[in-house]
Amino acid sequence: SEWDHYIIITDVHNSKLVKRRLVKLVVNFLFYFRTDEEEPQGALLLEQCRVEREDSLAFSITFLDEAERKYLFECDSQEQCQEWIDSIIKASYEFMRKNLIFYRTEIHRLTGKDPLEQYGIEDETRFQVTSGLQLMPKDI
Amino acid sequence: MKLNERSVAHYATCDSPPDKTGFLFKKGERNTAYHRRWLILKGNMLFYFEERESREPIGVIVLEGCTVELCESAEEFAFAIKFDCAKARVYKMAAENQAAMESWVKALSRASFDYMRLVVRELERQLEEIQEGAAGLQGRSKSSKKAGGVARSKSGASFSASHVPSTQVTGAALAQGSAHARSLQEEVQLPSGTSKENGVAWSKPSALVNGFGEGPHSGVQWEGNGNGGGDGFRPPPVPPRRRGASLESPVSPGTGCFSKLHDWYGKEVAELRVEWLQSH
Repeated sequence: SEWDHYIIITDVHNSKLVKRRLVKLVVNFLFYFRTDEEEPQGALLLEQCRVEREDSLAFSITFLDEAERKYLFECDSQEQCQEWIDSIIKASYEFMRKNLIFYRTEIHRLTGKDPLEQYGIEDETRFQVTSGLQLMPKDI
Repeated sequence: MKLNERSVAHYATCDSPPDKTGFLFKKGERNTAYHRRWLILKGNMLFYFEERESREPIGVIVLEGCTVELCESAEEFAFAIKFDCAKARVYKMAAENQAAMESWVKALSRASFDYMRLVVRELERQLEEIQEGAAGLQGRSKSSKKAGGVARSKSGASFSASHVPSTQVTGAALAQGSAHARSLQEEVQLPSGTSKENGVAWSKPSALVNGFGEGPHSGVQWEGNGNGGGDGFRPPPVPPRRRGASLESPVSPGTGCFSKLHDWYGKEVAELRVEWLQSH
């Protein structure tokens, strides 16, 4: 598929680790494969991370809990590099949740109606604007 | 298979609010008794801890492509998390009362990334329609990004305050959760749920730190901070529609990306348990 691509991954923690891998984005996971293997060699959960352009062909992913460690990805073209950056940013559940909250609030502002009401999902915790769960009694 | 375990654990316990927490009885894999565990549902991941005070999870279940159903069991208030693949492990859980069981089943069945994406796309589409309606009022044409397969009526003169869902199927999928979302072929390409196992068990301790993110240099603003909603929040750009891009394409059958997660960590944990038992 057009989005599976060979990318060189460097784990800057271990600078010897420069490898060409098949990289596959599936929901909020980035899987990487040795090119001749069916099962992935590894995966990165793409939550709580930062994606940055490193140079014209490369981007990096840094996880917020381990900021000194960068995973470097080198692409074949600038366009591909940008597309990967955009895709990885969007491949985060939390990113989508923020979008949802924004759309919900904005639609409500423009129309006076909560767009989730018609589906009966307006009370779902995951769609709430405020971090309401912390105020709720603990489940028993 | 490697996983950025430490960061996954960080996601579980960082400041961003979980979607649901509570105690459940979870049936063990090797020791098939039910063990009381503390569970944190966040996004499409269900983390389980030995104790509520535990700093790191003992495992995680990736809920993508799962179905959640009530199950027959000697245990009362039992339900199961199942995956499409015949070889997949079934996770059996039991709640302490009927209400808790129903609440968990509902929360888990709508936890997938795909379900969230479905809802986001629907709202995004609604907002575009509203904005196009408003733009039409002013005689401007908006450079449009049309949803694939969704017909729109161009009413330049007004926009309706109450929006009617474009398709019955969309409405059903949003209201009923991910299991029904599978029927929506036009809107989303769903993972085929071919995972053999969708769980991971932990082995290493991790130091947990809260974090805050900034956007990439390309100029797209993205905040990594999961805390709360609209205060000071910059509106996201409307994502372009990539028709034909298989970015979200299902893992090809036979690859079973998620299966490896559990396989590998299952072994590690088994080894650690043996070590622990021998030294105690």
